[in-house]
Amino acid sequence: MIAPGTAQGVLAGRSRSATAGRVRADLWHRTRQWLFDAIGLAVAAVMLFPIYWMVATAFKPGRDILTLTPKWFPAPITLQNFQDAIARPFFLDDVRNSLVIVGVMLVLALTIAFFAAVGTARFGFRGRTAFLVMIIGVQMVPLIALIIPLYLMLDAVGQVDSLAGVIAVYLALVLPFMVWTLRGFVANIPAELEEAGMIDGCSRVGAFLRITFPLVGPGLVATAIFGFIQAWNEYIIAYVLLSSPGNQTLTVWLASFTTNHGPQWGPLMAGATLTGLPVVAFFLILQRYLAGGLTAGAVKG
Amino acid sequence: MATAIAADIESASGSFSGSRRLSMRLLPYALIGPSVVVIGGILGFPLAMLVWLSLQHYGLRELIAHTGEWVGLQNFQAILADPLFHEVVVRSLLFTSACVSLTIVLSTLIALLLLRVSPVVRGVVMSALVFVWATPVIVTVDIWQWMFDYEFGVINYLLTQLHLGNFIHHNWFDNPVQGLGVIVLVVVWGAIPFVTITIFAGLLQVPSDVVDAAHVDGAGAWQRFWYVTAPTLKPIFLIVTCLSTIWDFGVFNQIYVLLNQRPSSDYFTIAIYSYRESFGVTQYGLGAAIAVVMVLILVVVTLFYVRETVKVAEIA
Repeated sequence: MIAPGTAQGVLAGRSRSATAGRVRADLWHRTRQWLFDAIGLAVAAVMLFPIYWMVATAFKPGRDILTLTPKWFPAPITLQNFQDAIARPFFLDDVRNSLVIVGVMLVLALTIAFFAAVGTARFGFRGRTAFLVMIIGVQMVPLIALIIPLYLMLDAVGQVDSLAGVIAVYLALVLPFMVWTLRGFVANIPAELEEAGMIDGCSRVGAFLRITFPLVGPGLVATAIFGFIQAWNEYIIAYVLLSSPGNQTLTVWLASFTTNHGPQWGPLMAGATLTGLPVVAFFLILQRYLAGGLTAGAVKG
Repeated sequence: MATAIAADIESASGSFSGSRRLSMRLLPYALIGPSVVVIGGILGFPLAMLVWLSLQHYGLRELIAHTGEWVGLQNFQAILADPLFHEVVVRSLLFTSACVSLTIVLSTLIALLLLRVSPVVRGVVMSALVFVWATPVIVTVDIWQWMFDYEFGVINYLLTQLHLGNFIHHNWFDNPVQGLGVIVLVVVWGAIPFVTITIFAGLLQVPSDVVDAAHVDGAGAWQRFWYVTAPTLKPIFLIVTCLSTIWDFGVFNQIYVLLNQRPSSDYFTIAIYSYRESFGVTQYGLGAAIAVVMVLILVVVTLFYVRETVKVAEIA
């Protein structure tokens, strides 16, 4: 039996040492947190440095670029490199080619992919599973292996060195992923919404156009951005298929920069910044679209 | 369900003819038709043509005449007897395993770190990863080429300043082992964002009460990761490893552009070799045979991962 007083003393003593322990644990905890945060920031800095270095170089005057001791910050700032890059032969031609290829390809791809998405999300039919397996399986084939037959095929129909050939290849390149993603977006919109519209007097097509189609909007935007990024960044197909400099795309222009002009790092980094800019911008938009629940709350229960 | 209601409405009104119903049945085929034509024609057909080409002698003369000359398995015999091809396959496998293992280990470490940092730092790291992810490959290759420039490159300066040796006017691409090391670095740096974000998303799904229970039972940090977290994440690890293997085995742009579009044979991986044989020396049949071998190796690797994934799914 322990007397009440003793018990109290023991409790008090315990709590005193516990407080000291908690302070120590707290300190250790805070130091550890600080350490993790420092490592995290270091990782971010190492990952971002190359991109920073591209932008910084692009804004430096030539004499600040070719220094044995690097200048860490671009001061003074100049736009000369950007002017040089834009004034280079074929830069504007190749920007236009990239835009034409991506634009035409996207219109075709979105239309075709949307049809297939509706077909697989809204109808059960024989061969549906086979079609979906093909969509997934075909993405496993490395594109680099298909370049030889693609080249010979387009050569046979006289579409080598033409934008149309590249558009066709890019279309096939982005289509499987687009169909798959859009299918998910369409399937997420409850068919009950359409049925409600039909009960209220819409025709089947009308219900689809007025109810489902607007709700798929964000899905179309997201897949379009994905297709844009894929096609805008593609290099090897465009390099093999498009031989004349006025017909090439921006990535081909950029990749042959050092080979054709010697290492002129300022204009090259300016060109690289200009090429990467639209992609980064679209990527940031894409993130938001993919994150949000699109039809959350449209139908209850 | 929409179909069922539509059918109800149709039968109730009774004014729809059989041909209308038939066209309803054909509608889904019409909807997927264009996709089938495009994918079949521009991916499926070339894949079949690749196999056919690998059995032909197809050089410049045949290219102009648009017909090959049937040689059976001679192209495959030729590449199997070619010592350079053996070297290329071994180099590709080593290169791929270096890239994949470094990518997975570093990404896992960063993902685990992301669990521990404060929300602000997590946001900063995530933004950095997204920026790297978004930057086009050709752009990143140009940046790294500039950073590794032998004369004014910032890497040589930093390494010299850190007293890791004298790197002034050091050309990294003179020595293929160093050069391939640089290429591995470029590939891994570009691959880390996707893999890290995927693994981090998986880590968030690991039930924290199980990890806590292991902690209470006296498991150390390493044991908790190895026996609790890693097995839960196994499907995700399998998927990212499989995808990384497919991507890194086919690496072309990084090697080709970093070496100014003229890589020496010391830098040939299977993708570059196939490209060289076909477009460099116009031996399309040989190039196609090499590409077929590449696809076959990838099929074997992918099947292994798929089998493992199915096994995991059966256990779960």
